[in-house]
Amino acid sequence: MKKPSRHASFSYSLYELLSSMRFAIGLLTIIAIASVIGTVLKQNEPYPNYAFEFGQFWFVAFDWLGLYDVYHSAWFLTILAFLVISTSLCILRNGPGFIKDMKAFREKATDSSLAAMQHSEEFEAANASPEQLQGYLAAKGFRLRQHRRDDGTLVLAAKKGAANKLGYFFAHIAMVVICLGGLLDGNLPLKLGELFGRVVPETRDLPQSQIPEQSRLSTRNLSFRGNVTVAENKSADVVFINSGNGYLVQELPFIVTLKKFHVDYYSNGMPKLFASDIVVTDKATGKETPATVKVNHPLIVDGVAIYQASFGDGGSPLNFKAWNLASPEMAPAKIEGVSLSSQPLRANGKAYQLEFGEFRQFNIENMERSKAEGAKSLTERMHDAREVKRDKNLKNVGPSITFKLRDEQGQAREYHHYMSPIEQDGASYLIAGMRKTVAEPFQYLRLPLDDDLKIDTFMRLRAALKNPALYDEIARRSTAKAMQGSAISPAMRQQFEESVKWILARFGEGGFSALEQFLDQRVPADKRQAVAQTYIKILQGAVVDVMAVANERAGAKPLTQDGRHYRFLLDSLVAASSLNDYGVPVFLQLDGFTQVQASGLQMTRSPGKTLVYLGSLMLVIGIVLMFYIREVRLWIRLGNGRVRLAMTSNRHNRDLDEDFRRHRDAIQQLVRGA
Amino acid sequence: MELAYSFDERPLWQRLNLADWLFAALLVVAAGVTYYRYGAYMDVYEQGILAGSTVGLIALGWFWKAWRLFLPLAGAIALLAIQLYQGDLARGQSAFWLRFVLSSQSAIMWMCTLFFLATAVYWMGLLTRSALLGRMGSGLTWSAAVLGFAGMLTRWYESYLIGSDIGHIPVSNLYEVFVLFCLITALMYLYYEAKFAARQMGAFVLLVISAAVGFILWYTFDRQAHEIQPLIPALQSWWMKIHVPANFVGYGSFSIAAMLGIAQLLVRYGWLKDKLPSAEMLDEVMYKAIAVGFLFFTIATILGAMWAADAWGGYWSWDPKETWALIVWLNYAAWLHVRLVKGWRGTPLAWWAVIGVFVTSFAFLGVNMFLSGLHSYGTL
Ligand code: HEM
Repeated sequence: MKKPSRHASFSYSLYELLSSMRFAIGLLTIIAIASVIGTVLKQNEPYPNYAFEFGQFWFVAFDWLGLYDVYHSAWFLTILAFLVISTSLCILRNGPGFIKDMKAFREKATDSSLAAMQHSEEFEAANASPEQLQGYLAAKGFRLRQHRRDDGTLVLAAKKGAANKLGYFFAHIAMVVICLGGLLDGNLPLKLGELFGRVVPETRDLPQSQIPEQSRLSTRNLSFRGNVTVAENKSADVVFINSGNGYLVQELPFIVTLKKFHVDYYSNGMPKLFASDIVVTDKATGKETPATVKVNHPLIVDGVAIYQASFGDGGSPLNFKAWNLASPEMAPAKIEGVSLSSQPLRANGKAYQLEFGEFRQFNIENMERSKAEGAKSLTERMHDAREVKRDKNLKNVGPSITFKLRDEQGQAREYHHYMSPIEQDGASYLIAGMRKTVAEPFQYLRLPLDDDLKIDTFMRLRAALKNPALYDEIARRSTAKAMQGSAISPAMRQQFEESVKWILARFGEGGFSALEQFLDQRVPADKRQAVAQTYIKILQGAVVDVMAVANERAGAKPLTQDGRHYRFLLDSLVAASSLNDYGVPVFLQLDGFTQVQASGLQMTRSPGKTLVYLGSLMLVIGIVLMFYIREVRLWIRLGNGRVRLAMTSNRHNRDLDEDFRRHRDAIQQLVRGA
Repeated sequence: MELAYSFDERPLWQRLNLADWLFAALLVVAAGVTYYRYGAYMDVYEQGILAGSTVGLIALGWFWKAWRLFLPLAGAIALLAIQLYQGDLARGQSAFWLRFVLSSQSAIMWMCTLFFLATAVYWMGLLTRSALLGRMGSGLTWSAAVLGFAGMLTRWYESYLIGSDIGHIPVSNLYEVFVLFCLITALMYLYYEAKFAARQMGAFVLLVISAAVGFILWYTFDRQAHEIQPLIPALQSWWMKIHVPANFVGYGSFSIAAMLGIAQLLVRYGWLKDKLPSAEMLDEVMYKAIAVGFLFFTIATILGAMWAADAWGGYWSWDPKETWALIVWLNYAAWLHVRLVKGWRGTPLAWWAVIGVFVTSFAFLGVNMFLSGLHSYGTL
């Protein structure tokens, strides 16, 4: 690149710098590095997450650097703008030269420059005919121009592949076009509005209608991308745009109503289809457009594209049986609620806030409990490797609901309850999870179900376990049984009865951990194991009688005495013990629901898209031209009985050597043969 | 791969011989039968892809003559496998030929074995300067590619045997694209090998293929990743059929370039100098590989953007995968600039090509393993 002979003023050196290759490469490098940051640091998370992760100091520092939204930060956009400027200047700078070059044949090339070319050769040719040579070159696809010098020698200047230079224009203009399209959709006006405080993101969680004007964008807004969640049979006429630590409300020119949301599953339980049946009603004309949007099949209305983005619960009415854990003998009360909403709840004289989370109708779980992969033998692995299909034991374990119970101090525990019986190792349970903080995993209780797949029997047993009035009767029966089986001598009768009552009382109060606590405090370490064994044995014997007494009192059918039911009783002990750590005095058993789904729709208007696609097309054309069209120039100088053949190309490679040899051989033959 | 400038200036149709026409006729017939039998199940884009790929495959055969034999052979093997299945997937474990050779998993395992063998043979050929071993290396690589390709076609069919709603083209998960990577890299290498008559390069290129094969084996035996899974909704798109293969032409080329970069560096630092081709030649093949790769990677990224516009609602979301594709692209754009504009050659560019493949592998694998984003389909 030769320097024009203008003297170097400041603005010229600036132009020089901006249009230079090294500046461009520098920019590309910075963009690459900035992009890496954006992929390593998760973008656009809620701000508290960042503050929690980095600590206050770094949180503020990173925020100041715009690292939570790198690609929309002012500095990143500035670099992009510089890239546009740099590339444009590069085109301006190289352009005229390249255009001249594309037109020129360089027929005035001097002998010495021809001789200096890398591919150049001179040979005798007594009777070379210009016409014949022209014919040859034309046949090889060259365009040519001739020039007769003053000394009478004739120069045939030929070339082909000028489109290569065209490729430069295509590819580089393409970059400018793509970046402009991107900047347009990056919504520069909005960014400027935010910068100057005309637009202020809302950070509070307000109902849509109360969001102030300064956080709302009118339908005239050129480009946006936002999300909205619509429940079935509800409508939306705005979308929400994330912006920094808040959000903006974008008004839409239409109303979207969700009629129905569909999820389909493959036979193996993987999701197969997410689709929303929607109706779009134009605000101005009232025209209705019904449509179904699916993943990969958006709907485009008024230049706004509507996409299926996510789905979830839309607030489903639910029915519960509320078991009072503190007064276990009471029958369960009926409670109604709606998922994703909250309501007050009084339990055992205390006031709670019941905050429902998401209701899910399907929960697909992998029930496979096969050998751990590591334990497989080589033959098994070889066998597995041959099969492309393996039946996974995926199962729908039925509806579930999450909720929090918040006490008056604001402390909350979170619960995850399933509705349907879940079979594990041949017995059925009701599964309920609890955790104290969001960071913990749920701890799951398994409440054993009776022959009718209800928890009533378990609850009855639990009530009896906690009812001291029954202990005498239970202890009497247990002791009688023990004596019958000669497990104890008559002399120990009294003492045994007392033990049973004492163990029941302890267990009824605090479950296994109460017994353990006692052992730790009162029994020497070396005896603990043995005593514990005895306690457990007594308890396991007594529980049969607890059940029998409880059933008799309730007028219920006695439990069949077999292994399965004995297991039910043992499971009940475990469950009753665990319920002591449940945290709240009420157990909400999900009993019925009416599912209402919601669909997350993303809506975009991106007028820059056309520019970006146009630029992309130009880019591909440009690259193909630059790489795969070789610009070749060839000169034949005729005169004084000699011929000089010279050839250049903008790309040197071994094909060029070969081509030169072939042209030379062919031309030698022509000029000799004639 | 100079499209426009070839010494033979006869128009294309005069340069074609009988075999070219037979090949074209075969493909047209195959496409016709496909359309006749399955056209009703295809949407208009898929019909377009069928027509486009028929033309593309014919063009590839005319441009690269070896393809005219490769494609029908792989196709015939796959058809044989399909015939043997008789519409029953279970026969894959009972019919002898399926069980040991032709079912997709058996064919792919054979591909793996043959690639390992080829690597060893190429290295022996390189070290002993034996032309015969070099030829054997090529033969093994060709066989591996034929079986691998046939295996992929068979797998496509098997996926429909599992369930008509499950069937899909096998380019949808990491296992399948790794096989695709091996195939594309091997085929592109075989093209350069023939064009530059330099089998010594095979020792290097096959190393990267062997590494991929190692991954495939681990993924199969340890993770059971070879099982055919149905497509999640985000992947149910005809874009996938063109976006993924275009990407892998890019990845394959960049890997070839990196391995040739290593070979070139060895020569320049004086190792294996008497056994390898000249540094200049390696440099040229490396450049050509990057040029092809850059073109396809550009196309793939653009296709990805267009797909994203359909699936996620925006052509560019700065999702980690997209961003890393951009980084890879910028890297090779800079590489090409310093070579073509600044005139760099040799050692620095060879080093750069080697480093480039690490950037590329991060975009390919690292992003999936370490970063989360839309490409891990977190939202749906
Ligand atoms: C957005 C950033 C840019 C991209 C993606 C880009 C891309 C490309 C590509 C793909 C090539 C083809 C290489 C080849 O000829 O084989 C090329 C060539 C070239 N680029 Fe850039 N470029 C960019 C910016 C620039 C800038 C700012 C300059 C100005 C200094 C520049 C100057 C050139 C020149 C002079 C050529 C060679 C043209 C020829 O000789 O035919 N590029 N560019």
